[in-house]
Amino acid sequence: MEAFTVVEGLCATLSRDDVDTDQIIPKQFLKSTERDGYGEACFFDGRYDSQGREVPDFELNSPEYRGAALLLAGRNFGCGSSREHAVWALSGMGFRAVIAPSFADIFATNSYQNGFLPVVLPEAVVTTLAERTRRRDGYRLAVDLSALTVRDEEGRSFAFEVEPFWRECLLSGLDPLGMAGREEAAIAAYEASRSPLLPTTKHSWG
Amino acid sequence: MEVDTAPPAPRRTAYRKIWESHRVAGDPDQRMLMYVDLHLVHEVTSPQAFSRLRAQGRSVRRPELTLAVMDHVVPTWERSRPSPDPVGREQLRQLATNCAAAEIPLLDLHHARQGIVHVVGPELGLSQPGTTVVCGDSHTATHGALGALAFGIGTSEVEQVLATQCLWQAPSSTLEVRVEGELPAGVTAKDVALGIIQRLGVAGGRGSVIEYTGSAIRGLSMEGRMTLCNMTIEAGARAGLVSPDQTTVAYLRGRRAVPEGPDFDRAAERWLSFATDKGAVFDRTVVLDAAQLAPFVTWGTTPAMSATVGGRIPRLAELEPGAEREAAARALAYMGLEEGTAIQEISVDRVFIGSCTNSRLEDLRAAAGVAAGRRVHSGVRAMVVPGSGSVKRAAEAEGLDRVFREAGFEWLEAGCSMCLGMNPDILSPGERCASTSNRNFEGRQGAGGRTHLVSPQMAAAAAVFGHFADVRELESADLGRPLEVG
Ligand code: SF4
Repeated sequence: MEAFTVVEGLCATLSRDDVDTDQIIPKQFLKSTERDGYGEACFFDGRYDSQGREVPDFELNSPEYRGAALLLAGRNFGCGSSREHAVWALSGMGFRAVIAPSFADIFATNSYQNGFLPVVLPEAVVTTLAERTRRRDGYRLAVDLSALTVRDEEGRSFAFEVEPFWRECLLSGLDPLGMAGREEAAIAAYEASRSPLLPTTKHSWG
Repeated sequence: MEVDTAPPAPRRTAYRKIWESHRVAGDPDQRMLMYVDLHLVHEVTSPQAFSRLRAQGRSVRRPELTLAVMDHVVPTWERSRPSPDPVGREQLRQLATNCAAAEIPLLDLHHARQGIVHVVGPELGLSQPGTTVVCGDSHTATHGALGALAFGIGTSEVEQVLATQCLWQAPSSTLEVRVEGELPAGVTAKDVALGIIQRLGVAGGRGSVIEYTGSAIRGLSMEGRMTLCNMTIEAGARAGLVSPDQTTVAYLRGRRAVPEGPDFDRAAERWLSFATDKGAVFDRTVVLDAAQLAPFVTWGTTPAMSATVGGRIPRLAELEPGAEREAAARALAYMGLEEGTAIQEISVDRVFIGSCTNSRLEDLRAAAGVAAGRRVHSGVRAMVVPGSGSVKRAAEAEGLDRVFREAGFEWLEAGCSMCLGMNPDILSPGERCASTSNRNFEGRQGAGGRTHLVSPQMAAAAAVFGHFADVRELESADLGRPLEVG
């Protein structure tokens, strides 16, 4: 997993609540068996018309948002389907973090797993940052995971929280699988204590 | 002074009992390594997990606690006819190869028990009270109906479970959703779910495990409980469950993965020990009155945007100014609907009866009860997709297939089908569908498609009338009673 310390870059906005993962990556793109190559398809149904041309009034198509590393979004971002492809698609589009008032649980977990940061800031702050982004070309923010702050170039700074477990994973680039690997003895001991009445899938299922 | 009596054992919720009994390492109040009793796998969210495992030289730790099913991309036409889609075929092929290499049992396309992963798990008796169940699919909460702690995970977590049979999990808060009273005729578990989501909102359950309680829930069949738990994710909650009781035990008896004889009694005793203790405290409680519920129809693009069948789409001016009103306006534009329209004036082009929400035998019986002796409206194409091969055979044994076919419904092979349209069953842009599935997001059933979520009875009624109709006004003999088929 790629380590995340500070990500500094241009912002883009997607000002609506409850953006679901079906919108982020429509199902016709879930058929790849790879983890990359989803950037072009991110927000496909909203981003392009039926001829494959960019829809001019889809927010993320505005020219000044090209190359943005940070996305400012609405409440409950990433709700719906558990597809991790949503995070792969946002990363593929160049984003490294989403800043929003709240995230759906599975999306947040999928993000951490990929070194992608869901940053929760109060709604009023997100709204202000989004207004600044929309008002001026090239508004930039820095998301600092060590210091747990979001800063702009004019010296404004907002604190956020990340659960220590994920912060450690992201800062070190060590993933949860690696962390579980350290617990082999505990896993074996737990397995030895499991009830023999518990089901198994080894049946003929005829 | 010495106290010689032990303090009373704390009264715990079913969630807390399952949670604490699955701790492998770490702190149950912060984040712990949780053991997974059953890992369900399907073709769409697993290939990347298997390939990374291979790349890292890891193996699958407990194939005998893992079951793979082909369901998401499979065509619903007869099995001998291959999928037209090369990429879908490749996903199916990779699942077969991955399972063979790891010795994971697989219910493939040709297996008699193939079906939607969340229909198959309970049906085989694999989902049991007090167990933890995970799957790379957000509707895994379905298995919570059995009193299991069941939740959806992403592909990286699928990989972790394959490798270690464990997951790092943080504890959830607990939310009791209590529904008291008796459900009026024509009101189903689906309507209870839609009513709850309307009340909680699509993010109302975030961070929580919901436990459904109250006399209306106790009174539901296991199949109804599955429909209800299935929709938990649509309220944003991590998992939903019903505390195990005698209904649960009766459902499990005789199923393939369940012990027999004296072991059954021991298992049942163990299951019931996971029931929520009387007086256990939840972090939050929401109470609904069953008598106030009616058949729901969604009109928008989230499952919370719904109205009762006798009602209307709200007028924008009635909604909170700001985000809520804007979201409703955008949803109505997408859905091609006007504010204030009466629900029963909305006509449909397609009807889909299926999905892990509503494709079990009880659902098909209820829909058939409405379809029997009627004809699908000339402007409507209606399909019935049983949840599994077992459901299909059971329905055919009762003659339900004949009822549907005679009424003009298509009777198809099991799979996810038009719930998410990853197979050839999709809506065309602008087509409007009454669907028994769980998501009405933009494009969910096909780009530009418009989805209205309803119960199986309501879907069948929409097929017959060509527009939404109130099942309560149909002859009462039709209301979900087991059908007498000669
Ligand atoms: S039926 Fe729909 S919701 Fe259920 S598992 Fe399949 S795609 Fe997911």
